Amino acid sequence: MGSRASTLLREEEIEEIKKETGFSHSQITRLYSRFSSLDKGENGTLSREDFQRIPELAINPLGDRIINAFFPESEDQVNFRGFMRTLAHFRPIEDNEKNKDHTASEPLNSRTNKLLFAFRLYDLDRDDKISRDELLQVLRMMVGVNISDEQLGSIADRTIQEADQNGDSSISFNEFIKVLEKVDVEQKMSIRFLH
Amino acid sequence: MSSPCPSGLSPSAIIAREPTSLEQEIKEIRRSGSNRDLNSASEFEMSDIFYFARRGVESIMDDEVTKRFSAEELQSWNLLTRSNYNFHYISLRLTVLWGLGLLIRYGFLLPLRVTLAFTGVGLLVFLTSIVGLLPNGRVKNYLSEKVHLMCYRICVRALTAIITYHDSENKPKNGGICVANHTSPIDVIILASDGCYAMVGQIHGGLMGVIQRSMVKACPHIWFERSEVKDRHLVAKRLSDHAEDKSKLPILIFPEGTCINNTSVMMFKKGSFEIEAKVYPVAIKYDPRFGDAFWNSSKYGMVSYLLRMMSSWAIVCSVWYLPPMFREEGEDAVQFANRVKAAIARQGGLVDLLWDGGLKRGKVKDTFKEEQQKLYSKILVGSPSWNVPMGGRTLFLLFG
Repeated sequence: MGSRASTLLREEEIEEIKKETGFSHSQITRLYSRFSSLDKGENGTLSREDFQRIPELAINPLGDRIINAFFPESEDQVNFRGFMRTLAHFRPIEDNEKNKDHTASEPLNSRTNKLLFAFRLYDLDRDDKISRDELLQVLRMMVGVNISDEQLGSIADRTIQEADQNGDSSISFNEFIKVLEKVDVEQKMSIRFLH
Repeated sequence: MSSPCPSGLSPSAIIAREPTSLEQEIKEIRRSGSNRDLNSASEFEMSDIFYFARRGVESIMDDEVTKRFSAEELQSWNLLTRSNYNFHYISLRLTVLWGLGLLIRYGFLLPLRVTLAFTGVGLLVFLTSIVGLLPNGRVKNYLSEKVHLMCYRICVRALTAIITYHDSENKPKNGGICVANHTSPIDVIILASDGCYAMVGQIHGGLMGVIQRSMVKACPHIWFERSEVKDRHLVAKRLSDHAEDKSKLPILIFPEGTCINNTSVMMFKKGSFEIEAKVYPVAIKYDPRFGDAFWNSSKYGMVSYLLRMMSSWAIVCSVWYLPPMFREEGEDAVQFANRVKAAIARQGGLVDLLWDGGLKRGKVKDTFKEEQQKLYSKILVGSPSWNVPMGGRTLFLLFG
């Protein structure tokens, strides 16, 4: 008989994840199924290679940056809790959450946290600033070989010029928020579940 | 040209994925955030990254490819532990039923089927060797046909395969090539018990090799040495030589090149479609409620796979013989292959995918990423004659 070595998710764990991320019970079990099917080594954690095995992610120009978002400082494995915590950023904002005041801890899928996720995609060295160099590198990932260095450089310069307010030639998180204040972040950085 | 598109959602989809193109989405993101007129030099916006981020995380939650290489999830349990992914105790009655089922399947059905299997294979080897001793001629062909059919039918009983053949008037004829979607080695037995084919494949060692060598004595099959498999010209030549000879049986080929889990049809390798011959498409769809026929070769070896097959309830499947297709004027092998694939997918109710089945084991080609980058660059610097190249259309199909 086929053996499924995956450890089953305990009810307490599901409750904890529910509280932390806001996903529903059925969404958590479905995503656990998904986590297990990606976990080829069957050791309860995912490595970067496990993510790279997804063809649609491998052909995404920013695939490596997105994968990186799942792994905290200098770690090579992510467990299910960490996996869910990162995915939670993309949970749609429900109506009853929209008008909440700033409570003790902000939900993972708040507008600010969604913007933080995007900010961290740019911020390669995690120093809370997007330097010209970092912006150039990310741009290069997105355009490949199709745009010259000079053109890309001027695009980067223009972007920093528009966003930079305190004159340090780099974009801080607050400056980032300001630039994107009119963008419909809630809709564009959300993934709708079917169940 | 109406290209096939993974239409709608498969029943097990977790998330909603909108079929919009890169250009459309990025324009939408920018429209909501910018004061500028959109037609002016649409340069880079920091919000562009949202598109890639969301697509990336969507593919992490659910993608179209990786789930094709593992067994299909069932809507309701079929009393086989192997199909139960989240085993939890449901009720006493169900457990008792399951226990009874276990007894019947392993105590009664399995021994019976194993005996039949041994008989079938043994007879195949023995009788084809005898027929092989006869001189070439009508008698030999007739006997070879009878022997092959009989032995395959015994094997079908050994698996308790309940097969429904549709449209048998389209059955492949001599000089043609029969192509079918591939789910398991059992596909061969299912098709060969209803008609005579010339098999194509690599020659193996061991028991498989013995079977192959004796089969080829009775009638010409096309077996390749391992080294010859890489030589595409040699393969194509042998196939066309065989197809030209109208006295020889139709060739049976599985263009996907690997087993897929019967929820989709993946890219067809163009080699078989380059030959000048009539193509007879066949669609095979298994009913997963009685037993999962998919062979996950990275998880199970051949023997353990066969044992699992023989200890399921039954193998229930439908076979549709589709009308023959020809390569049309101005159509190249790849387009022809896609057309045949679409017909098979439509008939069998399977999702038609452009992805290569080889992704089961190998990495995806960089060209796909490069196409994405090219598309995005066009948005940044604009392009005087902005018409979507073939690559873009392919991408739309992959992401739409």
